Amino acid sequence: MMTLREQLREKISAAFYRHGLLCASYPVPIILFTSASILTCCYPLLRLPLPGTGPVEFTTGVRDYSVPSHEPQGDLGERPDWYRGPPVAYIQQVLVKAAVSPWDSSLVTVDVFRSPLSRAFSLLEEIRNHVHSDSLETLCLQVTGLFPGLRRMQSVLPEHGCLLVSPGNYWQNQRELFDSDPDLLKTIQKHEPKGLHTSATLRDLLFGVPGKYTGVSHYNRKRVVTYTITLVLSSYDARFLGSLRARLKQLHPSANCSLRDDHMVHVHFKEEIGIAELIPLVTTYIILFAYIYFSTRKIDMVKSKWGLALAAVVTVLSSLLMSVGLCTLFGLTPTLNGGEIFPYLVVVIGLENVLVLTKSVVSTPVDLEVKLRIAQGLSNESWSIMKNMATELCIILIGYFTLVPAIQEFCLFAVVGLVSDFFLQMFFFTTVLSIDIRRMELADLNRRLPAEAGLPPPKPGPLRPREVPPPPRPSPHTITLQTPAFRNLRLPKRLRVVYFLARTRLAQRIIMVGTVIWIGILVYTDPAGIRTYLAAQVSEQSPLGDPGGGGLPPHLGVAPVFRGGDPTSTLSIHPAPDPTPLPENQSQGHHGSARAGPLPQAPPAVPQITWGAEDEEGWRRLSFRHWPSLFSYYNITLAKRYISILPVIPVTVHVSPQEAIETRHPQDTRHPPPPIPKVSADLQTDLTLYKVAALGLAAGVLLVLLLFCLYRVLCPRNYGQNGVAHGRRRRGDLPCDDYGYSPPVSEISPLLLRGHSMDIECLASDGMLLASCCLAGQIRVWDAQTERHNIDFNGCWEQRDGWDSVGGATEPECLGSEARGPSVSGDGLSEEEDSYPLRHRTAPARPTLFTDQPDLTPLIDTNFTSQPPSHLSTPPREGFDFGGLVERAYIEHEPPSNSTYPSPSSATADWESSVWAMELRGNLIAAGRSSGKLELWDAVEGSLRCSNEDGVSGITALAFLNNRIVAARLNGSLDFFTVEINKPLCLLQYRGAPGRGSMPPSPCYSSEDVISCQLTRSVQCAHQKPITVLRAAAGRVVTGSQDHTVRIYRLEDSCCLFTLQGHSGGITAIYIDQTMVLASGGQDGAICLWDVLTGSRVSHVYGHRGDVTSLVCTTSCVISSGLDDLICIWDRSTGIKLYSIQQEVGCGASLGVISESLLVTGGQGCVSFWDLNFGDLLQTVYLGQSSDGQGVRQLLVLDNAAIVCDFGSELSLVYVPSVLEKLD
Amino acid sequence: TNTCSQTTNLGIRGAMLFSVGVFLALVLNLLQVQRNVTLFPPDVISSIFSSAWWVPPCCGTASAIIGLLYPCIDSRLGEPHKFKREWSSVMRCVAVFVGINHASAKVDFANNVQLSLTLAALSIGLWWTFDRSRSGFGLGVSIALLATLATQLLVYNGVFHYQGLQYTSPDFLYIRSWLPCIFFAGVITMGNIGRQLALYEYKFIQEKTHQD
Repeated sequence: MMTLREQLREKISAAFYRHGLLCASYPVPIILFTSASILTCCYPLLRLPLPGTGPVEFTTGVRDYSVPSHEPQGDLGERPDWYRGPPVAYIQQVLVKAAVSPWDSSLVTVDVFRSPLSRAFSLLEEIRNHVHSDSLETLCLQVTGLFPGLRRMQSVLPEHGCLLVSPGNYWQNQRELFDSDPDLLKTIQKHEPKGLHTSATLRDLLFGVPGKYTGVSHYNRKRVVTYTITLVLSSYDARFLGSLRARLKQLHPSANCSLRDDHMVHVHFKEEIGIAELIPLVTTYIILFAYIYFSTRKIDMVKSKWGLALAAVVTVLSSLLMSVGLCTLFGLTPTLNGGEIFPYLVVVIGLENVLVLTKSVVSTPVDLEVKLRIAQGLSNESWSIMKNMATELCIILIGYFTLVPAIQEFCLFAVVGLVSDFFLQMFFFTTVLSIDIRRMELADLNRRLPAEAGLPPPKPGPLRPREVPPPPRPSPHTITLQTPAFRNLRLPKRLRVVYFLARTRLAQRIIMVGTVIWIGILVYTDPAGIRTYLAAQVSEQSPLGDPGGGGLPPHLGVAPVFRGGDPTSTLSIHPAPDPTPLPENQSQGHHGSARAGPLPQAPPAVPQITWGAEDEEGWRRLSFRHWPSLFSYYNITLAKRYISILPVIPVTVHVSPQEAIETRHPQDTRHPPPPIPKVSADLQTDLTLYKVAALGLAAGVLLVLLLFCLYRVLCPRNYGQNGVAHGRRRRGDLPCDDYGYSPPVSEISPLLLRGHSMDIECLASDGMLLASCCLAGQIRVWDAQTERHNIDFNGCWEQRDGWDSVGGATEPECLGSEARGPSVSGDGLSEEEDSYPLRHRTAPARPTLFTDQPDLTPLIDTNFTSQPPSHLSTPPREGFDFGGLVERAYIEHEPPSNSTYPSPSSATADWESSVWAMELRGNLIAAGRSSGKLELWDAVEGSLRCSNEDGVSGITALAFLNNRIVAARLNGSLDFFTVEINKPLCLLQYRGAPGRGSMPPSPCYSSEDVISCQLTRSVQCAHQKPITVLRAAAGRVVTGSQDHTVRIYRLEDSCCLFTLQGHSGGITAIYIDQTMVLASGGQDGAICLWDVLTGSRVSHVYGHRGDVTSLVCTTSCVISSGLDDLICIWDRSTGIKLYSIQQEVGCGASLGVISESLLVTGGQGCVSFWDLNFGDLLQTVYLGQSSDGQGVRQLLVLDNAAIVCDFGSELSLVYVPSVLEKLD
Repeated sequence: TNTCSQTTNLGIRGAMLFSVGVFLALVLNLLQVQRNVTLFPPDVISSIFSSAWWVPPCCGTASAIIGLLYPCIDSRLGEPHKFKREWSSVMRCVAVFVGINHASAKVDFANNVQLSLTLAALSIGLWWTFDRSRSGFGLGVSIALLATLATQLLVYNGVFHYQGLQYTSPDFLYIRSWLPCIFFAGVITMGNIGRQLALYEYKFIQEKTHQD
C-alpha cells in the first residue's frame, strides 16, 4: 500500500516536473492557448442576459391575446423565456385629463384641480358598478391586507377587496371627505416621504403619473389635470374590458385622441435587491475581499507582487466564468442568483493552491535556471496540490448527494470551477510565474553589474572634500521608500496617534470607500433614479410650451419602446402641442404627429386637453419601481415574474366654470393667489439646460477625482522596484504627507569624531568605551558617553581629557564633566584603586544602580546583552589584503583636535602588520593583527598589556567573552585564548549600563594586574575554508565559513557541539543572542534560523538575491539586509516575511536595532531610522556635508541609544534622544 | 505592568470578538428573516431591529466568551493549535459560516430533516476544514447544546420572538434541529477568530518576557 502511494506520488511529481519545464519553456504559446480556451469557454455566457435590475418588456397584440402556457413552446420566435404562464396581474389604467373649460378669470388657482379631481369619484363609481357578464369584483385582484407594519399606509391604500388605486384614495374614496377638505395639496403632501427618495412615492402610486405631469399644483399654467385610475386585474376578460372602454369613451369622449389600443405590454421584473438583502450580500463580499487580501499578501519574493496577485485573482475568476460557461454549454441554465453565490464559490475554490505554488517556486535555490526552478517548485508541491484537490472534490461530491437542487447546482458549479481552476493554475498561473521569475532574474543581472563594478565610486579631489566649502548638492541620497516620514522622534503618544491617523489617512480612506460603496449601491439598485431625475429636469419644460418646438424633430407615429426615465427618449418624444383647438367631432384618426406648431406663450383661455403619444404608455414615465412597490405593500413580489399592462383608456373631462365654482371649498378663495414664477419659459428652459450641463460637468469632475482618489488609496506606496526616481526626496525638503502637512522639525545633528587619518576599519565598543582602528593601524579610544576623544594610540597614546576621578587627587584636570552631570562614586571596591583615574559613566537618574552590587565573580559572566549586535559587519573574505600596504605608510600620530593634554607614551607594538580585528571588553582591547599576533591593550592607559604570537596566520575575526578570546584565522583554524590575571582580580568599578538596568557589569581590569594571554586550544581545521564570521554569546561561539557550514563551539571547553549544514553558499552573516537563537545568512541569499541547543534548523527562507550582508534580530523579528539593497523583516517564530524595504543601490548593508521598534540602517553618508512596526522611514540623518562616495559600512548601537558609524576617516555619533525616553 | 497590559489585551480582544459577534448576529438575522419576507418596505427593517434588541448583544457576549475560551483551553491542555493559523484561513472560515447560514435561509429543502442533516454535514465539514482539534469539537458541541437548550426555554416561555425562529416549526423532538448546527458552526468560527487574535497576544507576551 505504501509503495503504491509512493509510486503514485513519484509519478505525479515527475509529471509536474515535466509540466513545469514545458510551461517555463514556452510561455507565450501557452498563455495564448489558455486565453483562447478561457474565451471559448466563456462564449456561451454571451447568451445569458446581462445582469441588471431593470425590467424587460415584451409587447403583444391585444386582439389575439391568450394567456401563455406554462410549457415552453417549440417556435418561440422572439418570445422571451419568462413569458410563460399567466402574469401576476393585468394593469388597466384609465387616464383622465380634466380641465375647467372655458377658463374664467374669476376662477382661482385651486379651481384648476379641485373640480377635475372631484370627477374621479364619479368615475370610480362608474367603474366599480360596471357590469358586463362579470363584475369588476370577480375579475380584479383581491388583496387581503397590507403588509404588517405599514400603518402609515393603512388609511390610503385599499386594505381589502379590489386593488383599485386612484387619487380618491387620499380621501378614502369618499366624496364628502374630499369636499370638506380645505387644502387638497396639503393632504397630498402629507403622505410624501421626507428627504431624498428615488423610488415610487405614494403620490405616484395614486395618481399613476409622475407628480410633475399631474398638474395638481398652484403653478399649473396649462390648467389641465392628469391622473389615472388604476385597476389591477387578476384575470383577463376581453369582453368586460372592451365594454368598460366603450362605456367610458361614450361618457367622456376624447376628441382628437389618437392613442392606439391594440398593444399590451408585458413587463418582467428582475430580482430586486433591497437594503435587507444588500447587507448580507455586502458582508459576504467584504469577507471575500478580506480573504483575497490576506491571501495575496502572502505572495512574496517575486518581481511584481501586484502582478502575481492579479494573476491569482484572474485565475480564480476566469475559472468561475469558465465553469458557468461550460455548464450553460451543456444545457444547464443557472437558476441561482449569481451575485449571491459568487463569493462562496471563490472561497470554496480558493487561492491556496496558487499561493502554495508561488511559495514553493520562490523557495527553490535562486542559482538554478528559471525553468528548473519552476519545475522543481511544481513537483515539490504536486502531491499536496493533488491531495487537496481530491479532498475538495470529495467534499463537493458529498454535497451533490444532498439532493437539494440548489446545493446540487452549487456543487456542480464548484466542481467544474475547481477543475477549470486547476487547469488555469497549471497553465496560466505557472506560466505567469515563470515570466515573473525570469524578469526578476534579468533585473537582478542588471542591478548587480553596476553595483559590483562601482562600489567605491571614484572620488575626485582631496581625501577630505569636506574641508572645501561644499556646493549645494543637487541630488543627495535618501532612502527610497515613499512614505510620509516624520522627523520628530520626540512626540507624545497622543500626537503619535494623531500622526498615525494622518499618515495612514485612515479617516479619508474610510470615507472614500464608504462613498464608493454608497454610490455603487445607488447606481446598482436604482439605475433609473438619477436618470429619471435628470430626465425630469430636462422635460420639465414641456408643459410650459416651447417656442422653438419646431426645431425639434416631430415624434414618430409609434412610440418606441423605452424604459421609464430614459432621458434621450424623453427628449425626443417632446410633446407636440396643438396649434388650435380642434372641434370636438374631429375624427379620432387624426394623428398627433401631424400637429406641430408654435403655441401661444400666454395660457390659452380654453385649456387644451391634448393627447399625444406620450400618453399612450404613460406608465413608462413612472419609476420602474412603481409596480413592484405597489405590489410589495401587499407582500406580493414581482421578482422574476411579470405583469401585463393593458392599453390605457383615455378619458377627457371638461368641467364648466360654474361647476368649478360650486365645488369650491369656502377656504379656497381665501388663499392668496400664488406668486406666478417670474422666470420666463425661455429662461427656465435655458436654466434647465445649464443645470443639466453643470450637473454633468460636476459629475465628470467628481468621477475623475474619485478615480484619482481610488488610485491613491490602492497604490499609496511605490511598489515598483525601479520606481526610485520619484521616491527621492531632496535633502532640504521637509518630509510632508500628501496633504501638505509637515510635522515640526527637530534636527538630529550628528557629532563627528575626528582624529583618524585614514578610513576606519574596525569599530568595537562595550557600551562605555568605543575603540576604533583605521587603516593606518591607529587605535583610538573614545568615551562613548561623552563622545570625547579619550585615547589615541598605536604604540603611542595620549592622555584623555574629560575624566573625572573619585578623589580628584590624582586627576590633574576635570574637563567636560559638566556634560556628564554629577559623578557618583563607586563603593568600597573601587576606593582602593583611586590612584587611578576612574571613570564614572552613570546617568544622573541612576544612582540606585550601585546599590545592587553583585558578588565578586565577574568572570563567570554569561549575560552579555551588552554585546553590540553588529560590531564587525564586514567580515574578511577573499584576500583582505588592504592592511599590508597601508600599515607601512604609517602616518605619524597626529594630535587630536580636541585633546588638550597629549602625553604620548610608547609601547612595543607591532608596526609591521595591520589590525584586522578588534574587540573591546572591560578596559581591555583585543586586537588581532594580520601577522597572526594577538595583542591586549589597556584601553584606559593605552599600554600594551600582553601579546601572543602563537599563530602565524592572520586573525580575521575575534570574539572576547568573559575571560576568553576566540580568534579565527585566515587558514580556517580557530584559537581559544584565556586571559589570565595573576593578581586576584578585582573589580575596578562597577559600571552600570546606562540604558538597561538589568544588565550585568563588565569587568574592568586594573592596570596593576599582570595580564597574560594563553592559548588554551587551537582547532586546526575548524573549517575547510577561511572563517568569515565569528560571533559569541551565551557561552557559545559560532563560526561561519566559506565552506557553507556554521559551527557551534562551547566557550568553556572549546568543544565543537554542532556543525550546521544547510546553506548552499558561504556564510556571510551570523547573529546569536542570549535567547540562544542563531540566525545565519549566506551567499545564496538564504537565511537560516537554528536552535543552538539542539542544532536543528528552525526555518530556512530565501530572502535576498545575492549575499546576505547583515543580520539582526529583535525579540519578534529577524532583520536582514542583502547585496540587493533590500532590507527584509521576517517574523522570528514563523519565518514569514513581514515586509521588505527597498533601498538605493549601494546603500550599504549595516544594520542596527536601537529598540524593539527602531531600526537604523547606514546609507551613503547618512543613517536612516525606521519604525519596525510599520516599515516607515522615520528620519534620515546626514552625517556630513558631503555624502558622496562615503558609505556607512559599520554601524554600532551603543547602550545609551547612540549610534556610532564610520564615515570615511571619521566616526559619527548620532543620538536618538527619544529612544532614551522610551526605554525609561 | 505585565498583568495590567495582559488584561488590557484581553479586553481589546474581547471587544473585538464582541463586535464581530454583534455584526454577524445582525447580518445573519437579516438573512433568516428574508426567508419569509419577499420585499422590505422601509418600515419593516426598523421593526426587526426594535424587537428582540437584546439578541445581538447576547450573541456578541457569547462570541467574546467563546473566542477567549478557545485559546485558554488550548493553553490549558498544552496543545497549541497549529492548524492553518493564518488570517486568510480565518476569513475563509467566516465566509463558509455565513454561507451555511445563507444556505439555511435561502435554499428550499424538501423537509426539515433534510435541512438539518445538510446543515450538520456542513458544520462538521467546517470543523474538519478549519479546526480539526478535539478540544474545539468538544467545546463546540457542548456550547451548541447549551445554547439550543437556552433558546428553547426562552421560546417556550414566550420571552423570545425571534424572527428567525418564528417562521420555522419544531421538527425533531420539539427542537428546531437546525439550531444546534448553526450554533456549532458559529462556535467553531468564533473560536477560530479568537485563536488567531490570541496568537498576536502570545507573540506580545513572548516579546515581553524576552525584554524582561
